Amino acid sequence: MLMSNIEIIPGKTITASHGIASGSTVRAKHVGRDIMAGLKNMVGGELRGYTELLEESRAEAIARMQAQAQQMGANAIVNVRFSTSSVAVGAAEIYVYGTAVTVD
Amino acid sequence: MELYVLLLFWGMPIVLGFVFGQIAEKRHYRSIHAREKALLHLPTTSGKLPIMGGAPVRCELVTGSVVVSVDHFKRAAAALRAFVGGQVKSYESLLDRAKREAVLRLKESCSGAHEIVNLRLETVPLSKSTQGGIGAVEVLAFGTAIYVA
Repeated sequence: MLMSNIEIIPGKTITASHGIASGSTVRAKHVGRDIMAGLKNMVGGELRGYTELLEESRAEAIARMQAQAQQMGANAIVNVRFSTSSVAVGAAEIYVYGTAVTVD
Repeated sequence: MELYVLLLFWGMPIVLGFVFGQIAEKRHYRSIHAREKALLHLPTTSGKLPIMGGAPVRCELVTGSVVVSVDHFKRAAAALRAFVGGQVKSYESLLDRAKREAVLRLKESCSGAHEIVNLRLETVPLSKSTQGGIGAVEVLAFGTAIYVA
Protein backbone atom coordinates (compact mmCIF):
# COMPACT_ATOMS: atom_id res chain seq x y z
CA MET A 1 0.00 0.00 0.00
CA LEU A 2 1.50 3.30 -1.13
CA MET A 3 1.04 6.25 1.17
CA SER A 4 1.92 9.93 1.05
CA ASN A 5 0.89 13.07 2.84
CA ILE A 6 0.63 15.12 -0.36
CA GLU A 7 -2.24 15.11 -2.86
CA ILE A 8 -0.51 12.79 -5.30
CA ILE A 9 1.68 9.73 -5.39
CA PRO A 10 4.80 11.04 -7.14
CA GLY A 11 5.49 9.18 -10.37
CA LYS A 12 1.98 7.64 -10.56
CA THR A 13 -1.40 8.81 -11.79
CA ILE A 14 -4.58 8.54 -9.77
CA THR A 15 -7.34 6.78 -11.71
CA ALA A 16 -10.10 6.47 -9.10
CA SER A 17 -10.95 7.85 -5.70
CA HIS A 18 -12.80 5.80 -3.07
CA GLY A 19 -13.32 8.24 -0.22
CA ILE A 20 -11.91 8.52 3.24
CA ALA A 21 -10.09 5.63 4.89
CA SER A 22 -9.30 5.92 8.55
CA GLY A 23 -7.93 3.92 11.42
CA SER A 24 -7.77 4.62 15.11
CA THR A 25 -6.62 3.05 18.31
CA VAL A 26 -6.94 3.99 21.96
CA ARG A 27 -4.09 2.88 24.15
CA ALA A 28 -3.49 3.09 27.84
CA LYS A 29 -0.01 3.05 29.27
CA HIS A 30 0.75 0.33 31.76
CA VAL A 31 1.75 0.86 35.33
CA GLY A 32 5.37 -0.24 35.00
CA ARG A 33 6.01 2.26 32.29
CA ASP A 34 4.28 4.98 34.25
CA ILE A 35 6.48 4.39 37.28
CA MET A 36 9.63 4.39 35.15
CA ALA A 37 8.46 7.56 33.47
CA GLY A 38 7.91 9.13 36.88
CA LEU A 39 11.50 8.35 37.85
CA LYS A 40 12.82 9.61 34.56
CA ASN A 41 10.79 12.74 35.06
CA MET A 42 13.15 13.67 37.89
CA VAL A 43 15.88 14.57 35.41
CA GLY A 44 13.73 15.37 32.39
CA GLY A 45 14.46 14.40 28.84
CA GLU A 46 13.05 11.67 26.67
CA LEU A 47 10.53 9.16 28.04
CA ARG A 48 11.53 6.23 25.88
CA GLY A 49 8.72 3.99 27.13
CA TYR A 50 6.11 6.47 25.97
CA THR A 51 7.81 7.06 22.64
CA GLU A 52 7.68 3.32 21.97
CA LEU A 53 4.09 3.04 23.14
CA LEU A 54 2.90 5.81 20.83
CA GLU A 55 4.91 4.42 17.94
CA GLU A 56 3.31 1.00 18.36
CA SER A 57 -0.13 2.60 18.51
CA ARG A 58 0.55 4.61 15.39
CA ALA A 59 1.66 1.48 13.50
CA GLU A 60 -1.57 -0.24 14.61
CA ALA A 61 -3.73 2.69 13.46
CA ILE A 62 -1.95 2.80 10.09
CA ALA A 63 -2.47 -0.96 9.67
CA ARG A 64 -6.21 -0.53 10.29
CA MET A 65 -6.42 2.33 7.82
CA GLN A 66 -4.63 0.23 5.20
CA ALA A 67 -6.99 -2.70 5.82
CA GLN A 68 -9.97 -0.42 5.32
CA ALA A 69 -8.51 1.04 2.13
CA GLN A 70 -7.89 -2.44 0.80
CA GLN A 71 -11.52 -3.33 1.46
CA MET A 72 -12.55 -0.32 -0.60
CA GLY A 73 -10.46 -1.68 -3.45
CA ALA A 74 -7.77 0.99 -3.27
CA ASN A 75 -4.05 0.46 -3.67
CA ALA A 76 -2.80 3.78 -2.30
CA ILE A 77 -3.69 6.40 0.28
CA VAL A 78 -2.96 10.07 -0.29
CA ASN A 79 -3.07 13.09 1.98
CA VAL A 80 -2.56 11.09 5.15
CA ARG A 81 -3.00 13.07 8.41
CA PHE A 82 -2.29 12.15 11.99
CA SER A 83 -4.06 13.31 15.06
CA THR A 84 -3.53 12.44 18.70
CA SER A 85 -5.71 13.34 21.63
CA SER A 86 -5.82 12.39 25.27
CA VAL A 87 -9.33 11.03 25.77
CA ALA A 88 -9.21 9.88 29.37
CA VAL A 89 -6.84 9.60 32.27
CA GLY A 90 -3.78 7.75 31.06
CA ALA A 91 -5.19 6.90 27.66
CA ALA A 92 -4.52 8.44 24.27
CA GLU A 93 -6.30 8.08 20.97
CA ILE A 94 -4.25 7.91 17.80
CA TYR A 95 -6.25 8.62 14.67
CA VAL A 96 -4.96 8.36 11.09
CA TYR A 97 -6.98 9.24 8.03
CA GLY A 98 -6.48 9.81 4.34
CA THR A 99 -8.08 9.47 0.92
CA ALA A 100 -8.12 5.97 -0.55
CA VAL A 101 -7.30 6.01 -4.26
CA THR A 102 -6.34 3.69 -7.08
CA VAL A 103 -3.12 4.52 -8.91
CA ASP A 104 -1.26 3.00 -11.81
CA MET B 1 13.76 20.32 61.85
CA GLU B 2 10.54 19.95 59.96
CA LEU B 3 11.55 22.88 57.87
CA TYR B 4 14.75 21.12 56.81
CA VAL B 5 12.88 17.98 55.89
CA LEU B 6 10.48 20.05 53.84
CA LEU B 7 13.32 21.93 52.19
CA LEU B 8 15.09 18.68 51.35
CA PHE B 9 11.89 17.17 50.00
CA TRP B 10 11.24 20.04 47.61
CA GLY B 11 14.82 21.11 47.06
CA MET B 12 16.41 17.80 46.13
CA PRO B 13 14.41 17.17 42.92
CA ILE B 14 15.16 20.71 41.79
CA VAL B 15 18.88 20.37 42.42
CA LEU B 16 18.99 16.91 40.84
CA GLY B 17 17.01 18.20 37.89
CA PHE B 18 19.40 21.10 37.47
CA VAL B 19 22.59 19.01 37.58
CA PHE B 20 21.50 15.99 35.54
CA GLY B 21 19.21 17.98 33.29
CA GLN B 22 22.05 20.29 32.26
CA ILE B 23 24.40 17.37 31.59
CA ALA B 24 21.75 15.54 29.56
CA GLU B 25 20.91 18.67 27.58
CA LYS B 26 24.55 19.34 26.64
CA ARG B 27 25.05 15.75 25.58
CA HIS B 28 21.86 15.78 23.55
CA TYR B 29 22.79 18.98 21.71
CA ARG B 30 26.19 17.52 20.82
CA SER B 31 24.52 14.45 19.34
CA ILE B 32 21.94 16.58 17.48
CA HIS B 33 24.63 18.76 15.88
CA ALA B 34 26.67 15.75 14.78
CA ARG B 35 23.68 13.92 13.27
CA GLU B 36 22.30 17.01 11.55
CA LYS B 37 25.64 17.47 9.84
CA ALA B 38 25.68 13.82 8.75
CA LEU B 39 22.19 14.12 7.22
CA LEU B 40 22.75 17.34 5.29
CA HIS B 41 22.65 15.41 2.02
CA LEU B 42 18.91 14.81 2.47
CA PRO B 43 17.01 18.00 1.56
CA THR B 44 13.72 18.61 3.27
CA THR B 45 10.92 21.00 2.48
CA SER B 46 7.59 21.86 4.05
CA GLY B 47 6.18 22.58 0.61
CA LYS B 48 4.32 20.01 -1.43
CA LEU B 49 6.34 20.24 -4.62
CA PRO B 50 9.69 18.49 -4.96
CA ILE B 51 12.58 20.95 -5.00
CA MET B 52 15.30 18.68 -6.30
CA GLY B 53 13.88 17.56 -9.64
CA GLY B 54 14.44 14.10 -11.07
CA ALA B 55 11.83 11.50 -11.94
CA PRO B 56 10.36 9.97 -8.80
CA VAL B 57 9.84 6.21 -8.85
CA ARG B 58 8.64 5.52 -5.34
CA CYS B 59 7.33 7.40 -2.35
CA GLU B 60 6.84 6.50 1.24
CA LEU B 61 5.13 8.01 4.26
CA VAL B 62 7.76 8.49 6.96
CA THR B 63 7.40 9.48 10.59
CA GLY B 64 9.61 10.23 13.54
CA SER B 65 8.48 10.90 17.07
CA VAL B 66 9.78 11.61 20.52
CA VAL B 67 8.18 12.11 23.93
CA VAL B 68 9.96 14.47 26.30
CA SER B 69 9.25 15.61 29.80
CA VAL B 70 10.33 18.58 31.83
CA ASP B 71 12.71 18.19 34.77
CA HIS B 72 11.92 19.66 38.16
CA PHE B 73 14.40 22.50 37.87
CA LYS B 74 12.91 23.68 34.60
CA ARG B 75 9.44 23.38 36.02
CA ALA B 76 10.41 25.51 39.02
CA ALA B 77 12.15 28.07 36.78
CA ALA B 78 9.04 28.30 34.60
CA ALA B 79 6.80 28.71 37.65
CA LEU B 80 8.96 31.61 38.84
CA ARG B 81 8.96 33.10 35.38
CA ALA B 82 5.17 33.02 35.35
CA PHE B 83 5.12 35.72 38.03
CA VAL B 84 6.66 38.32 35.77
CA GLY B 85 5.89 36.92 32.35
CA GLY B 86 8.24 36.88 29.39
CA GLN B 87 10.00 34.12 27.56
CA VAL B 88 10.60 30.83 29.31
CA LYS B 89 14.03 29.85 28.05
CA SER B 90 14.13 26.51 29.84
CA TYR B 91 11.07 25.24 27.96
CA GLU B 92 12.24 26.70 24.67
CA SER B 93 15.40 24.62 24.67
CA LEU B 94 13.47 21.48 25.63
CA LEU B 95 10.99 21.81 22.78
CA ASP B 96 13.72 22.79 20.35
CA ARG B 97 15.58 19.58 21.22
CA ALA B 98 12.42 17.51 20.87
CA LYS B 99 11.55 18.90 17.44
CA ARG B 100 15.03 18.50 16.06
CA GLU B 101 15.24 14.97 17.45
CA ALA B 102 11.92 14.03 15.82
CA VAL B 103 13.06 15.37 12.44
CA LEU B 104 16.37 13.53 12.80
CA ARG B 105 14.59 10.26 13.53
CA LEU B 106 12.39 10.78 10.50
CA LYS B 107 15.43 11.36 8.30
CA GLU B 108 17.31 8.41 9.76
CA SER B 109 14.39 6.12 8.92
CA CYS B 110 14.82 6.89 5.19
CA SER B 111 18.43 7.94 4.72
CA GLY B 112 18.49 6.48 1.20
CA ALA B 113 15.77 8.84 -0.06
CA HIS B 114 16.31 11.62 -2.58
CA GLU B 115 14.34 14.24 -0.69
CA ILE B 116 11.51 14.71 1.77
CA VAL B 117 8.49 16.87 0.92
CA ASN B 118 5.61 18.20 2.97
CA LEU B 119 7.31 17.85 6.32
CA ARG B 120 4.85 18.55 9.13
CA LEU B 121 5.47 18.84 12.84
CA GLU B 122 2.84 18.26 15.44
CA THR B 123 3.15 18.83 19.17
CA VAL B 124 0.69 17.00 21.39
CA PRO B 125 0.52 17.55 25.13
CA LEU B 126 -0.02 14.21 26.86
CA SER B 127 -2.50 14.31 29.68
CA LYS B 128 -1.36 14.91 33.20
CA SER B 129 -2.53 11.46 34.09
CA THR B 130 -2.18 10.93 37.81
CA GLN B 131 -1.82 13.58 40.47
CA GLY B 132 1.52 15.25 40.15
CA GLY B 133 1.72 13.31 36.93
CA ILE B 134 3.87 13.74 33.90
CA GLY B 135 3.81 17.03 32.08
CA ALA B 136 5.04 15.50 28.88
CA VAL B 137 4.69 16.42 25.23
CA GLU B 138 4.93 14.28 22.15
CA VAL B 139 6.49 15.73 19.02
CA LEU B 140 5.59 13.95 15.79
CA ALA B 141 7.27 14.73 12.48
CA PHE B 142 5.86 13.27 9.29
CA GLY B 143 6.41 13.71 5.60
CA THR B 144 6.71 11.98 2.25
CA ALA B 145 10.06 10.56 1.26
CA ILE B 146 10.71 10.52 -2.49
CA TYR B 147 13.06 8.06 -4.12
CA VAL B 148 14.38 8.55 -7.65
CA ALA B 149 15.81 5.99 -9.99
